[in-house]
Amino acid sequence: MSADQTGVIHDIGYRHYTGPRLGRGAIVRALFVQSLRGAYGLGRSAKSKVMPILLLVIMCVPALVIAAVVNGFKLTAQPVPYTRYAVVLLAVVAIFVAAQSPQMVSRDLRFRLTSLYFSRPLGRLDYVLAKYAAMVCALLLLLVSPLVILYGGGLLARLPAGAETRHFLLGAVGAVFFAVVLAAVGLLIAAFTPRRGLGVAAVIAVLLVTYSGVSVVQGIAQDQGQDTVAAYAGLFSPFTLVDGVQVWLLNARPSSPVGPPGTTGGLVFLATTLALLAGSFGLLVLRYRKVSIS
Amino acid sequence: MNATVLRLSLRGLLGRRRALLLLLLPGVLLLLAVVIRLLAGSDEGVTRTLLGAFALGTLVPLLGLITGTGVLGPEIDDGSVVYLLAKPISRPVIVRSKLMVAIIAVTVFAALPTLLAGLIMSGLAGGLAVGYAVGALVAGVAYCALFLLLSVLTRNAVIVGLLYALIWETVLGGYVPGAQKLSVQQWALAVTRWIAGSEVRSAVGLPVGVVLLVVLFAGSTWYAGRRLSTLTLTSDE
Repeated sequence: MSADQTGVIHDIGYRHYTGPRLGRGAIVRALFVQSLRGAYGLGRSAKSKVMPILLLVIMCVPALVIAAVVNGFKLTAQPVPYTRYAVVLLAVVAIFVAAQSPQMVSRDLRFRLTSLYFSRPLGRLDYVLAKYAAMVCALLLLLVSPLVILYGGGLLARLPAGAETRHFLLGAVGAVFFAVVLAAVGLLIAAFTPRRGLGVAAVIAVLLVTYSGVSVVQGIAQDQGQDTVAAYAGLFSPFTLVDGVQVWLLNARPSSPVGPPGTTGGLVFLATTLALLAGSFGLLVLRYRKVSIS
Repeated sequence: MNATVLRLSLRGLLGRRRALLLLLLPGVLLLLAVVIRLLAGSDEGVTRTLLGAFALGTLVPLLGLITGTGVLGPEIDDGSVVYLLAKPISRPVIVRSKLMVAIIAVTVFAALPTLLAGLIMSGLAGGLAVGYAVGALVAGVAYCALFLLLSVLTRNAVIVGLLYALIWETVLGGYVPGAQKLSVQQWALAVTRWIAGSEVRSAVGLPVGVVLLVVLFAGSTWYAGRRLSTLTLTSDE
């Protein structure tokens, strides 16, 4: 044996892959679809299907009841406006965000799967975008499904179809507002609290403590006749913030005691919402820029 | 109770980011108390709203949830609980030690801030501060026992606990009066009502509330010890 023959890798006849190689776009799409399915437990164990499906059911049951009531008692208008539905059931929405955003991002961080993702031609921004889009869509499914039921109930009860359709569409746009804001806030907090259980608690604490605090302040300020304070207090919680935006932009009925005052108030609410969105998304991108790949 | 388990759990509970959350929540309560005092002056009705709706209605369940599921749940999740269970300490003693840690945390982070907020809002007037602080304490202790049991029973303890504390007590309790009868919050309010006067509303009377609180606490603690004795460790999905 001569020296130059050592270390030769023998070709033992394995066939190479010669098919098309999918690029970045395909990875992002796959990650999006997988995350969206994962949010409802599809493709995961039966245990992880229970919670999201249960929450979806809880979210839809009141809509079914309302639809039945509208038909049974021949009401002439929807008892709960489409744009208010998410706020009435905000506890369910908050629990969904709290339960699903950690499973969306925390497990990848906890088990250091991000190194596997980022060793592919998948950029950090791509990862964040795919996860964010998946969370928004999962939330939209949760928020719009009951609206569809309400809409169906309204049409069955022969409520004026044109007005119903317009209100339904406005409600759907409001649902988009809620989804984009809540997804950004939820994912951001979950990405910073990868420990199991803690992420859920942190998200729910932020969403509900702010809402509960804002409601108390609004109630008290209104009792004292300080409507401006009551109106601007809504800036300090994601739910009332988005509600203020849809009050101003979509002409919805405010769920808080007082909506944003006039055009200035509306602009302030809109600007705050956009700042919250941009800030959350920016911090999320920064968070993943710092995730090590080893 | 076991001093070592107590010390280690206390460090585990307060040593991580959890501690930040535990500090942040009562911080919001105190901030609100100051702001509202400046905004509305000293008013007993306002004090009742803040302490009832915010402190007892939101803060105490959340803190009970974070501490109750936080003392034992993470160890069961990452499997390190086997090192604790392998020690010659009886399982009920482990549960009681863990529960003690949660109770200490709830007292410091929920009951005391409630007392402080009450004092900021309206001083000692009407026994409101003391009444709501005692209510927060008994509710917190009961929540801790209940949620500790949940964390032994299920991996989804936090979410199941949230479903109970939010959907059952708040949303359902708002529409279905019967649901309020089975609500830790209402039982604690019965105690508050006894101290702070009949302006405080509660769905149950004092004897019923106290008996149910004691039964829930003792029953949860006992059953959590039982379940921990026969714990099977399942891996993360």
